[in-house]
Amino acid sequence: MFIPVEATPPSFKGFTLILPAIAVGNVAQLAVDLIVSTLSMKRVGYMHTDCLVPMVGPNPYATSAEDAGELHTTAEVYRDAEKKLAVLQIRSPLIQSRSRKFRKLLVSWIKASEFSRTVVLSSSHAYQRDDQQLKGTPLRYLVTPAMRTASGPALAELGWVEMERLSPYPGLVEAEPRLSIPGGGVTKGLFTDGCQEELCLAVVLVFCSEGDNVPDAFTLVNHLNEWLLLVDNDKRGAQKWKVPGSWRLLFGSSHPPSIF
Amino acid sequence: MATFFGEVLSVSSRAVDEDDEDENDEDEEILKELDETREVHLEWYQSNSNLMTDTNLIIAVGRNAASFLSVYVLTSASWEAVGHASLSNAGSQTICGQTGTEPACVFYRKKDNRAVILCQISGYIEEDQQFQWTEKVLGCFKQKGLSVTVLSDSPVAEYKNMDLASSSSSPFLLCLQTKSSTTNPQCPLLEQPNIFTGIQAAVLSHCQVNQIPAVAYQCYSDAISPDSITMDTYKLAFTSVGDIKVGPLPSADIINKFIKTNHIQSNLYI
Repeated sequence: MFIPVEATPPSFKGFTLILPAIAVGNVAQLAVDLIVSTLSMKRVGYMHTDCLVPMVGPNPYATSAEDAGELHTTAEVYRDAEKKLAVLQIRSPLIQSRSRKFRKLLVSWIKASEFSRTVVLSSSHAYQRDDQQLKGTPLRYLVTPAMRTASGPALAELGWVEMERLSPYPGLVEAEPRLSIPGGGVTKGLFTDGCQEELCLAVVLVFCSEGDNVPDAFTLVNHLNEWLLLVDNDKRGAQKWKVPGSWRLLFGSSHPPSIF
Repeated sequence: MATFFGEVLSVSSRAVDEDDEDENDEDEEILKELDETREVHLEWYQSNSNLMTDTNLIIAVGRNAASFLSVYVLTSASWEAVGHASLSNAGSQTICGQTGTEPACVFYRKKDNRAVILCQISGYIEEDQQFQWTEKVLGCFKQKGLSVTVLSDSPVAEYKNMDLASSSSSPFLLCLQTKSSTTNPQCPLLEQPNIFTGIQAAVLSHCQVNQIPAVAYQCYSDAISPDSITMDTYKLAFTSVGDIKVGPLPSADIINKFIKTNHIQSNLYI
């Protein structure tokens, strides 16, 4: 599944992996775009799989005319050796009948690459929050037992809010509270797999609604930055993140004047 | 959703559903059986050992691209059918609603240059079959010496550009090529934020990761059915494809034979 760009495969041992879940508003994928673009990360491999809808395009992170025509594919891995950071970007939807297979392939790759920790960025339907979740921050996190041991105190110190377990039918039927991430795609499945496989894995998600989700992406990536310190935290607001050229015309071209 | 004119449109949402929580072994069995019905079947009409080395493969996907090959290239007697791929999906349904497995694409070989293979895709290959189709077809050819060209159609409405005048000059050709391609394309490169999807994307992805020289040309047109002006645009792509002669402008009779009017049961203009 992972095919390196160069003949010698890169080493990911001890690296932090960030990957997006394809979830409501595509917020996680937008957040990953900001990380790759801002850190000018180098593409080191492809995730070549039948689990994703095929797509290709020109370089979404082009900085000059020379690299603008470079071909990029559905899912690619980027690496920053200095920060010991690897990022997987996924640009198209999962083929529904293969989501379980995709989760298995991802977990297998994570284990084989010996990442020290994995962070899954995600989002969840804002309209399905319960009364408690409607108050306060829209950001939540989840950690596997292995990650709780490694980073639990750091996250608690940051004042982050852990994702609540909710009753499936509040006020109607007494049932065991359970984890639910509506609109989160494979997030819950990946988290469960991470617990079972004893991975050091965290989920960081934001409650949002579909629409212009660019502000949600900034919210998520700024929140992540509080923990991972990917970019200088002194700069305020959106200026510290570099928006890639692929974000132009997110909602299509304007109307042609010839129709008037 | 239903529109004001009464036709029903399927709309897609970016929203995603949470995975089924209760997937079990029985569900896996069902999925496996469903997967088997989605198989792509390749059949070569003769021993294919000679087809496979130093191949120049040209794939045409879309009605205008496929019609271009039929009208300008395949009309000469120097081509023979050497195989086909068939698959079963909703796109292969006939107007009467009969489903079946019928050739979604046919392979032709040049008689006087057996390294040149044309693949004409007339049906629609669905998203979950595109990867499989690509791996099976390209897997038939030795990677060494293989080069791939793809011709594809797209509606101009899907082209995103700040310069609105450019989209009013349709049809026009744009291309993408893999890192190992040394072709000097005869048209501009596709620019962000545009992308390719479909079989052309699956083929380019495969060629990019396997370091096979490949270039895909996509024609953006406002025609909703095959037309001669759109077909003519593809001639530009063929100037960089070696050893394939594009025939002269065919007669109106030949063009009309390949341009069929749409039989979509639309009540829009009753």
